[in-house]
Amino acid sequence: MAEVYGAPELMDVTQAHIDGCALMCDSGLEFAETLVARGARVSVPTTLNMIPLDLQNWRRQRISSEFANKANRIASAYTEMGCVPTWTCAPYQGYLTPRFGQQIAWGESNAIVYANSVLGARTNRYGDYMDICAAITGRVPKSGLHLKRNRKGQILLRLADIAPQLLRDDTLYVALGHFMGGLVQEKVPVIEGLPVDATGDQLKALGAAAASSGAVALFHALGVTPEANTLKEAFQGNTPESVIDVGLSDLRRAWSELSTADEGVKLDAIVLGCPHFSYAEFQQLAQAIEAEGGRSLHPGLRIIVLTSQTSYALLQRGNFMNTLLDFGIEIVLDTCVLHSPIISSDAEVMMTNSGKCAYYAPGELGVQVAFGSMRDCVRSAIEGAVCWGRTVWKGP
Amino acid sequence: MERTLIGKPLVAGSAEGRAVVSTQPLSFWGGLSPRTGEVIDRRHERSGAIVTGKIFVFPRGKGSSTSSAVLMEGIRAGTAPAAIITARVDSILALGAIVADELYHKTVPVVVLSQEDFDSISEGDYLVIEPDGRIKVRPAEGKWA
Repeated sequence: MAEVYGAPELMDVTQAHIDGCALMCDSGLEFAETLVARGARVSVPTTLNMIPLDLQNWRRQRISSEFANKANRIASAYTEMGCVPTWTCAPYQGYLTPRFGQQIAWGESNAIVYANSVLGARTNRYGDYMDICAAITGRVPKSGLHLKRNRKGQILLRLADIAPQLLRDDTLYVALGHFMGGLVQEKVPVIEGLPVDATGDQLKALGAAAASSGAVALFHALGVTPEANTLKEAFQGNTPESVIDVGLSDLRRAWSELSTADEGVKLDAIVLGCPHFSYAEFQQLAQAIEAEGGRSLHPGLRIIVLTSQTSYALLQRGNFMNTLLDFGIEIVLDTCVLHSPIISSDAEVMMTNSGKCAYYAPGELGVQVAFGSMRDCVRSAIEGAVCWGRTVWKGP
Repeated sequence: MERTLIGKPLVAGSAEGRAVVSTQPLSFWGGLSPRTGEVIDRRHERSGAIVTGKIFVFPRGKGSSTSSAVLMEGIRAGTAPAAIITARVDSILALGAIVADELYHKTVPVVVLSQEDFDSISEGDYLVIEPDGRIKVRPAEGKWA
């Protein structure tokens, strides 16, 4: 792999995150069990991505025991090798969060972009099975984003004429991420114009969308992310290869590209928590439900929230869990609807507030997808059909 | 008329077959089914194409880090393309082919071409890939007739 990367030598990493446990397939299981059989152990602290099973609730989700057994074998193989059973695609919001400048080997596209961009840790886009090899050896090819010189910005994206109120809207971050990924592909973009108090969850949504429509592993946001206090710092003193003004019309186009279903179409499922929900997102969801003044979930419609045990533990200690459960929210732990057969194969239309989920669901689940804000999702859950209401995104 | 392109073999091997060509990047996870070999990214210009046994020519990977796992599973299941040709080094796809070789002693060659040579390959061209990265191109029948 060092030859592929064009790296003359290897270097140490001090932490790893494994995505190789996510996909249900025979070769992945065989690979992990082969490593265990040969006595492999991780040499650095290593967290685990979601697995193809909600370990606690799979029976209720009508998953076959054959599927569950295989998923359990994948899970056991990785814990056997000494990995920490975090089972989440948002490892940066849980246990063993990397620090600024730390050299790490991470898998999971959304986690990679968050670790590099928001935390300032350093990783390349490591694919499944190289991640665990790096965790075992504690070594990676010395190349790419591990080296400061390759972390400089290449393309400047200036948010032009976006209303300040819209810059606080969660949906803007998804639309911007989707637009940016398609535009810059694997290059390093620098965004100018995001508010300094953009939340971790908003940057998580931005990165996840950009790492789906493109191959973005690192972005900088001026005044927001740690390697971009000034434009000079973000570009390491260089001139941008190109400067692009991003206007409302670009973001509207991105917003509409994320949906393949039309307004008013009957929904079978709503999926939130891609990447895994944080405590703050649960709180936001409870507020969105309360804002509907006691209206209830449309009969027969499922509203699923994906999360980690870590966020779930916090949720249980908070004071709004009943609001969620009374509305009929189904909480799914450790896994993802794109990896575990939780949604019936008869489902035809789903809605999500995630750019990543909206990007992949039509291919992985064979559904039409509608993308909307968390409030749009809650309103649609009540109506039983895709409902955007009046939104700035639909255009004048 | 046959011509020869010189590529860089990221994963060396021999393969031949018809080219399935795209100008758009693709994430193999969420984009290619390891069960059927079908391009399942419904936003992709080649959505619905079957790449099994074909030489899959596309500019670069993107998206999911599970793409290496999808390629390896495709190699195991026999649904993978016969070879992959890109215009950029894609470490995640190379990885899937390398791990499949380790685990199953079966792989697919992955070759990188210059943008110009990459652009010169057309849908349906018959390609013969050599382990050193040389690619013989026989144009699709009738193309130059």
